[in-house]
Amino acid sequence: MKTYARFAVLVVAIIGTLVWLAASGISESKTYYKTISELKSASGAEAAKRVRVTGDVVPGSIRREGERVHFVICEKERNLTLNVVYTGKDPLPDTFRDSAQAMADGKMSADGTFHASSIAAKCPSKYEAAPGGKPAARPLNSQS
Amino acid sequence: METLGAFSLLLALCVAAYAFLSSVAGALANKPFLKVSGERAVYGVFLLTTLASGILVAMLMTSDFRMAYVVSRSNRAMPLVYKFAAWWGGQEGSLLLWSWLLSCFSAVVVWTSRNKFRQMMPWVIAVLMFTQVFFCILNVFVEPPFQVLTVSKGVTSVPDGQGLNPLLQYWLMAIHPPALYLGYVGFIVPFAFAMASLITRQPGEAWIHTTRKWSLITWGFQSMGIMLGQGWAYAVLGWGGYWGWDPVENASLLPWITATAFLHSVMMQEKKGMMKVWNMVLVSATFLLCIFGTFLTRSGVVSSVHAFAQSSLGAWFLGFLVIATSFTAWLILTRLDYLKSEAQLESVLSRESSFLFNNLILLASCFAVLWGTMFPVITEYVMGEKITVGAPFFNKVNIPIGLFLLLLTGVGPLIAWRRSSWESLKRAFRWPTLGGLALAAVLLAFGVRHFYALVSFGLCAFVAITVVMEFWKGSRAIALKNNMNLLRAMVELTHRNTRRYGGYLVHMGIVIMFIGYTGAAFNKDTTKEVKIGDRFTLGSYDLHVKQVNDGENDNYVWQRATIAIFKHGAFLGELSPERRVYKASEQPTSEVAIRRRLNEDLYLNFASMSQQTERAAIIQAYIFPLVSWIWIGFYVLMAGTMVCLIPSKVKLAYAKTEVVGVYARETAKAK
Repeated sequence: MKTYARFAVLVVAIIGTLVWLAASGISESKTYYKTISELKSASGAEAAKRVRVTGDVVPGSIRREGERVHFVICEKERNLTLNVVYTGKDPLPDTFRDSAQAMADGKMSADGTFHASSIAAKCPSKYEAAPGGKPAARPLNSQS
Repeated sequence: METLGAFSLLLALCVAAYAFLSSVAGALANKPFLKVSGERAVYGVFLLTTLASGILVAMLMTSDFRMAYVVSRSNRAMPLVYKFAAWWGGQEGSLLLWSWLLSCFSAVVVWTSRNKFRQMMPWVIAVLMFTQVFFCILNVFVEPPFQVLTVSKGVTSVPDGQGLNPLLQYWLMAIHPPALYLGYVGFIVPFAFAMASLITRQPGEAWIHTTRKWSLITWGFQSMGIMLGQGWAYAVLGWGGYWGWDPVENASLLPWITATAFLHSVMMQEKKGMMKVWNMVLVSATFLLCIFGTFLTRSGVVSSVHAFAQSSLGAWFLGFLVIATSFTAWLILTRLDYLKSEAQLESVLSRESSFLFNNLILLASCFAVLWGTMFPVITEYVMGEKITVGAPFFNKVNIPIGLFLLLLTGVGPLIAWRRSSWESLKRAFRWPTLGGLALAAVLLAFGVRHFYALVSFGLCAFVAITVVMEFWKGSRAIALKNNMNLLRAMVELTHRNTRRYGGYLVHMGIVIMFIGYTGAAFNKDTTKEVKIGDRFTLGSYDLHVKQVNDGENDNYVWQRATIAIFKHGAFLGELSPERRVYKASEQPTSEVAIRRRLNEDLYLNFASMSQQTERAAIIQAYIFPLVSWIWIGFYVLMAGTMVCLIPSKVKLAYAKTEVVGVYARETAKAK
């Protein structure tokens, strides 16, 4: 029985350490999903949180200034826009370009721009329909 | 052609369903005729899915632009090899590849086991074919690959396709999905045998012995798939990293972790008859996580940089997972009697205990990764607010876990079964411990202050020394006895017990990979806007932007920066990072340029031309120390896995042979 008690102590110690690490990891890096409108109406403690905001990149708004990249994303339904400045170290994803759907992680700053430390992007419609100029051909039976 | 393809898939579905039903019926009613016809049907499924896949590939190769799949994944200018790779470049095709691989595996299993395991085989086939039916349903009804383009009910075609996603047009990416799928799909075989042995209440470990090779090979493919993915992320994706804890990457890692735990803990069952329930749980968890990973990748439940488009697949996968999980759980719970442990843990200082901790810690890691990946889904469900966790969370939990595992890698193989004394431990680990501490001390003296890096390098030295000592001790004894040179003695030693020494090689590969991963603690980077003709520095590198050229070919338009590299005044060569825009898909990509060396990689990305300054390029430069060792370690790991697969020259003396378990006891009583 003594052996099992020893095991129990070791197992509890290991699990305990990991849980503690996990908890601190979560509180350090947790990021809230917000829409642009939620972000605009947030205030105080709400506004200081790390958030992930999604929107479509306004065509022509991407502007590089040395290490920083400025761009504007918009929420189509409410016609809201958000100025974003990217200061992260990783190269921007190739899918990040005009009209792409971009996901920016970061914090709002006092002047109303969003400081992003990482950007992910995808082109939602790229493979769905034939590109412009060609006949609007669609797969047979497709739901869309 | 497309009709034939679609028809053969539909027929494959029917035949698979038949194989499932006739195997189950044959096993229940004990009708040999039904069992045999079930086996034959498996070959039928294989032929039909092969035909369908062949037709799809032929359409891709011949650029048949009436087909929706071909139009969206291929174009005329694409090299032939990528036209072939377009098979798995999209949702429909990759699901067909899944189906096809599964039918291949099933056929191989039936062929190689056709005269063995008469009792288990029908159930093995039933499990395989049940899964096959599921994937065939997806192929036929949910994501059919054979769709033609139509304009108001009439078939039409377009002159050229949109091309394969340019990010996938890279040689590693052409083989990464098949390798990963081989690993994902392959694990169904050990799972099927485990389930069959439970259903038929087989005594002993027959299923483990028969599927050992399968488990190892599929584990090898999983490792390969993950590594190819890392190599691709590093060289193509231009994230400046090989691993980003992206949900899709995590999805591929989860079954690998449980498979690794399984490979270790089956040894406990083979040699000591312990942890039987646990092994069942692990083999099932691995299979279910393989399916779960496919589900995560394809359903769009968690947002990811490289997930497939959202689709209705999610519900199907969820349904399959629920059925499979509940069936497996029910089966294990009702057969607990057959899975009783035959020995007990005797000491904390024992091989058993090291396996136990290995498993515990691997599972903890698996759970943490799963938790982190599903965090947005969980929080949305529980708190009504979507919260995600990033790389810091994963690193915080998994770095200590990784280091602890590394320690066990060194300790485990040397510690005795049952119990070990402090004396013997001191003898075995004196030099490795001293070596590890010495290396850490030297690094500390040279100014390395990163805590985890010091621990990691120290442990790497520790484990490497234990492995080298094992080879040295064993081969020297053989060399002296048989008058051989040391190298031949080493080969001889390995050949005598390939499992053990192959395992050591795999461990050595892991150590080397850890060296590479630890290099990340010393990464450097800079982003500079540089006029053409100007210079900038990063670390000890002096980078001279010489020129920027443009050009185009059939497939894409390119813009290339040529950068000369100097170190301490000496010219080292030129690198040319490139930006491309693929014509067919209108998608831009960046082609990073990497100068790979054993000590560090210099990694250059041509971000764009400056919009403020005339004739200036924005260049991102990175130094990634020791990255090459990750790939080298991987080759060692693969070599080790292959050594494990070679049969040992000497029959293992300690392999358990007696029939054990409830079945044996009951027959003994009956006598």
